[in-house]
Amino acid sequence: MYTQALNEAVERPRVVEDPEKLAAFQARIDAEEKIEPNDWMPEAYRRTLIRQISQHAHSEVVGMLPEGNWLTRAPSLKRKAALLAKIQDEGGHGLYLYAAAETLGVSREELYEQLLAGKAKYSSIFNYPTLTWADIGCIGWLVDGAAIMNQIPLCRTSYGPYARAMIRICKEESFHQRQGYEIMLTLCRGTPEQKAMAQDALNRWWWPALMMFGPPDSESVHTEQSMRWKIKRFTNDELRQKFVDATVPQAHYLGLTIPDPELRYDEATGHWRYGKIDWEEFKRVIAGFGPCNRERLEAKRKAHEEGRWVREAALAYAAKQRARAMAQKIAAE
Amino acid sequence: MAEQSMPLWEVFIRARTGLAHRHVGSVHAADAEMALQAARDTYTRRGEAVSIWVVPSAAIVASDPAEKASLFEPTASKIYRHPSFYEIPEEVGHM
Repeated sequence: MYTQALNEAVERPRVVEDPEKLAAFQARIDAEEKIEPNDWMPEAYRRTLIRQISQHAHSEVVGMLPEGNWLTRAPSLKRKAALLAKIQDEGGHGLYLYAAAETLGVSREELYEQLLAGKAKYSSIFNYPTLTWADIGCIGWLVDGAAIMNQIPLCRTSYGPYARAMIRICKEESFHQRQGYEIMLTLCRGTPEQKAMAQDALNRWWWPALMMFGPPDSESVHTEQSMRWKIKRFTNDELRQKFVDATVPQAHYLGLTIPDPELRYDEATGHWRYGKIDWEEFKRVIAGFGPCNRERLEAKRKAHEEGRWVREAALAYAAKQRARAMAQKIAAE
Repeated sequence: MAEQSMPLWEVFIRARTGLAHRHVGSVHAADAEMALQAARDTYTRRGEAVSIWVVPSAAIVASDPAEKASLFEPTASKIYRHPSFYEIPEEVGHM
């Protein structure tokens, strides 16, 4: 998902934890108690969360870029205003999540530096280009749809600040998905060219959307521990299946074809069975070789550099105001 | 050179008149005025508030979770603090 690269690096415990504290911690988790910032927690729990929450935050802010591409070319003022509001939400989601990560003892500046230096991961999905307006529809419908599937169980994740951030985010994501589906619906009810544009976008976004849930359970290194700590509530494959089951009928309603010749309905289980996912492509994109990886990071670095003087000026102004207030106070005494 | 970090502020919002302000999250900002603006953009995009407080995070003093037992447990043994501790004859009526 937005934190799919979580499954990549293999963690080695750097500290030996007190078994008694570990047992007490696990007992709290098992009792569905929320863990709060100042509570004792195993080092690996803290590190897993910092990585997962920051990857999630990075995904939100990088995700603003492919959509921003269509702001000036939205087909109407209504569409433009909605897209602008959606992008602003993504920025807000990034901020909630950076704030949640900071409660674990790491600064936002530090996390953001890791992103700009190319050391941190973000969701592979945002390394694909948005070639037509229909891509904006597909992002809302599929990408935000997949995000919701993953994020609803995260509202019950064991770390309090992360769960609370996810609750706010989920409330807002539902508008995003509906906004996207409505764009698709309008295109599909339009001219044959518009419908073809919608089909083309679905063809390009379907498989990358399925990859958002991360590697298959058989290759997912962290799932087991994350499930035990109740950071994760469902495995990657479980969430992917839920997404496919929810989305296929929505595509049929649009009159579009899912670009998977092996897709079939399994009467016995009630699930839609999908074909093989190209995990080599996924690995390439995560490793930095997707169609837009370089462009995305360059855009973020440029924005950060060009905003530097604003941040410096704001801090200098605040320092000057404080000094002036102090001087007045001394003079008055 | 590492960039100087923006101060952290805790954000509290009053959802409706008559309710208390409630903690909703935090923002980074250079000063109080910018913290208020950032809090507005971050936490009240859908009419969630009629009032916002921002407080420097460093100004908040918190209790230590490790002392939870000694801080809060003693209140559990003082059952005479609850109305149900006192027996009033039924004839007296509701009290």
